[in-house]
Amino acid sequence: MAPQPFPDAIIRVRDVTVQFGSTRVLDQLDLDVRRGEILGFVGPSGAGKSVLTRTIIGLVPKLSGRIEVFDVDLDAADAATRRSVERRWGILFQQGALFSSLTVRQNIQFPVREYLKVSQRLLDEIMVAKLGMVGLQPEVAERFPSELSGGMVKRVALARALALDPELVFLDEPTSGLDPIGAGDFDELVRTLQRTLGLTVFMVTHDLDSLYTACDRIAVLGNGKIIAAGSMADMQASEHPWLRQYFHGKRARAVMG
Amino acid sequence: MLERLVAEAEKLAGSKADVSIDVSEVSKLDTFGAWLIERLRRSFSQGTVEASINGLSANYSSLVDEVRRVSAAPALDTATITITGMLEQIGRTVAGIFGTVAALIDMLGAVLVASGRVFLRPRGFRLTSTVHHLEQVCWRAVPIIVLITFLIGCIISQQGIFHFRRFGADIFVVDMLGVLVLREIGVLLVAIMIAGRSGSAYTAELGSMKMREEIDALRTMGFDPIEVLILPRLLALVIALPILAFLGDIAALYGGGLVAWFYGGVDPEAFLLRLRDAISINHFTVGLIKAPVMAAVIGIVACVEGLAVQGSAESLGRHTTSSVVKGIFFVIVMDGVFAIFFAAIGI
Repeated sequence: MAPQPFPDAIIRVRDVTVQFGSTRVLDQLDLDVRRGEILGFVGPSGAGKSVLTRTIIGLVPKLSGRIEVFDVDLDAADAATRRSVERRWGILFQQGALFSSLTVRQNIQFPVREYLKVSQRLLDEIMVAKLGMVGLQPEVAERFPSELSGGMVKRVALARALALDPELVFLDEPTSGLDPIGAGDFDELVRTLQRTLGLTVFMVTHDLDSLYTACDRIAVLGNGKIIAAGSMADMQASEHPWLRQYFHGKRARAVMG
Repeated sequence: MLERLVAEAEKLAGSKADVSIDVSEVSKLDTFGAWLIERLRRSFSQGTVEASINGLSANYSSLVDEVRRVSAAPALDTATITITGMLEQIGRTVAGIFGTVAALIDMLGAVLVASGRVFLRPRGFRLTSTVHHLEQVCWRAVPIIVLITFLIGCIISQQGIFHFRRFGADIFVVDMLGVLVLREIGVLLVAIMIAGRSGSAYTAELGSMKMREEIDALRTMGFDPIEVLILPRLLALVIALPILAFLGDIAALYGGGLVAWFYGGVDPEAFLLRLRDAISINHFTVGLIKAPVMAAVIGIVACVEGLAVQGSAESLGRHTTSSVVKGIFFVIVMDGVFAIFFAAIGI
């Protein structure tokens, strides 16, 4: 299905093809993410959800197509423009990707130190504030990533992604590996942050709860294309066999009651 | 045991059709047993006539049904060794050497660009990180480097005295020790030890960062991994190796001198006098001038290998090994190139 053009799209993906060897992972894919929404991005395992995320943020080279983030074509942009875009987004990797040689405090302060010239005192205070936003106590600040639980790693990674008050946040399976209560808290957290900070969130997920409680809009990836995009109601009304299975399966019924 | 019995039973069937397998005596059954029954059933089945299983206890019928859906195991690919296959392997390996050299030159270029950028914008220089790595590769390496070079100095001296004594030329051991240690052994030994000690550490560190997506995270935050991770490490190595080579030279001469004194009867005063005559400052500078170049080679090899690590632990191990092997290889190649160069300009 062709996406309608939105003038306020924060990410615009057009005709993007990504190929590894002879396997085509993304095939002329189009996607828009609107400003201020939480977009849930779903699809079968191995469909290329993470690949699309990594292509948008420039870690995976694309064969053809065009990606604009904040109205900037990242391929055509010079280094300074690219940096200014990178300053405005935050990324939560699937495994957290915290710098293992740095403490929680240093991890969160790392991007800030690079872009802003502020005193150590302000850095520390902001760090504690960010930890508070993601629901962590200031006591964890001196711990190393190896001393944190899985859920805490994700929270710290989110705090680091939020360190520079980004306008756009990418979350790659933020709730995978968390217990249901932790996952629920995380959804709530994303929702709250989106309201208070006016974030746009691009969330790759498998978690039906997250889709149901946190997301404004859902996009579904299949066979290298977006097979559907719309609200939860649209998804449930869809006739596509995979969507029917996904949104009307046993687990879906349990979530939606 | 059971498997052999089943195999024998398979032969019994011959061409009889419509066989039934009686398992009513079976009181316990696991997946292995169920599969053996199924295998027997399949071998008895001919064409459309299926053999039947009788007397199966109700507890296990679902297990046997489950096994029935299993298709025959796919045959394993057995690799056959052919002449063309071996030639192909050799060809690929040779082509791989050029790939390695290209990757090293690529990294050298990237590092030079990054250093140029840091030179123009000194605020981007990672002083803390550089000092940290300097401590790791230089300060903490001092004891082991001094110990090993000291021992090697002792051994060279002892061997020299042992063999020179037959000609009554004991004192020439000082010449040999001085030239050998200052020109070649000192720096070469230190470089090889640093390749094993710090080169492997760099590869493992960068490799595990790569595996944990830390390098991707850096990139998406707008940092250049070469500037943040590789430049401080390389710089630390380039500063550390001449210092360590100098300490190694001194330790080796000291060890050689001690052995000459106690084993060869050359007292320290005579040793020093002879050393002053035997060597010139050139020998010393020739040795030390090689050190930073070898450090750069070790560092670049280690970083290229570190960034080449893929997602698996095996890949990390392979690249760490190859970092050390290639590092030592290129150190020796560089030493040879320097030897030719110095011979050509007559030092």
